[in-house]
Amino acid sequence: MFLRFSQILLIYFLLFSYVESAESGGMPQLNPEFWFSQIFWLIITFGIMFILLSKLVLPKISENLEVRKAQISENIEAAEKQREESDKKLKEYDELILNSKNEAKDHFNKAREKILKDVDKKRESLEKEINEEINKAEKEILELKNRSPEKIKKIAAETSSDLIKKLIGVEVNNSSISAIVEDVTRKTN
Amino acid sequence: MYQFNVYRIGPEIKIGEVDLSFTNASLFMVISSLAVLVIFNLGSKKNSLIPNKIQLIAELSYTFVSKMISDTAGSKAKPYFSFIFSLFMFVLFCNMFGMIPYAFTVTSHIIVTFVLAAFIFFGVTIIGFIKHGLGYLKLFVPSGVPVVLLPLIVVIEVISYLSRPVSLSVRLFANMMAGHTMMKVFGGFVISLGIVGGWLPLGFSVALTGLEILVAFLQAYVFAILTCIYLNDALNLHH
Repeated sequence: MFLRFSQILLIYFLLFSYVESAESGGMPQLNPEFWFSQIFWLIITFGIMFILLSKLVLPKISENLEVRKAQISENIEAAEKQREESDKKLKEYDELILNSKNEAKDHFNKAREKILKDVDKKRESLEKEINEEINKAEKEILELKNRSPEKIKKIAAETSSDLIKKLIGVEVNNSSISAIVEDVTRKTN
Repeated sequence: MYQFNVYRIGPEIKIGEVDLSFTNASLFMVISSLAVLVIFNLGSKKNSLIPNKIQLIAELSYTFVSKMISDTAGSKAKPYFSFIFSLFMFVLFCNMFGMIPYAFTVTSHIIVTFVLAAFIFFGVTIIGFIKHGLGYLKLFVPSGVPVVLLPLIVVIEVISYLSRPVSLSVRLFANMMAGHTMMKVFGGFVISLGIVGGWLPLGFSVALTGLEILVAFLQAYVFAILTCIYLNDALNLHH
């Protein structure tokens, strides 16, 4: 597209240059009067510029660019290193926390077991004591139970012999009274 | 065509029969090359990690040209970087200084562009022969062409190769000259049509100024990139 446009421009310029050349005697570009001067000064100016640029200026610019590149890559490297370090530290920190958590759990479990054991021991001993006491009491109760009818009989026999003595004034044979008492108790039972 | 006139500034300098006087064309060559030197010297003086404006300009141009060269001619073209950079900057600054009113456009003279193009042509040809010896002539014999067509193709290739300096120089010269002539013509219309009808060509003139600045950059770029392409032919023989 640009080529087409420049062609149009060329046609324009040819037209106008033709028109103007009629009045002012040709294009100045085609007048060889100053050609050598232009070539000479072109070589001098361009040559000096080229030499100064290539010897002094361009190496400096490329050095600047390289220094910057190196600095940037260095910084990136340093940043990466630091990131790795921080990752490591984070891992260490995580591990530390995990370990301490586990330790705390262990401690807790141990303490619980100990307490449970103690409680069990105490309960067992208490149960033993209680059982013993219960047994003792039961035995006593049983003894008392077993003994009570005989006592009653005895008391009954004594009281009845006393009563008879007071009432009649006769000594009664103990054995006969106790036989009667037994009789009575059997009946009442 | 007054704007393209070359006239003497200062005394007449003659060496033998040859007139080497300092002219307005020489003046603008000096101004352009000085401007390039000053800008890039300022841009490379201080090396701050974060570049200031002028350093940024210098470094962006540097990377722009170096990318252009490595894209078109490969890594072998690195030794020619400073030449192509100078060429691009010289043509660009000459074109741009030509956009200032009453300034002289160095590149609107066929002799200047032709000398540059001829220098490039001979330089590239010499580089090609140094790198490949007589094998550089294979450039004119494309591979995969039927034998019957070969003589014709070779003739065409040789002609196109020989016309390179002409096309390279005429492209730049014609673009610059045509643009400036167009602007002059539209400027003349503004005067001749007066206050009533002069507004339309004035608008055109303004638009053309923008276009011409674009053309000034683009032609410098085209000039440099064509140099790179010719250099690529000489360095990496593909045919």
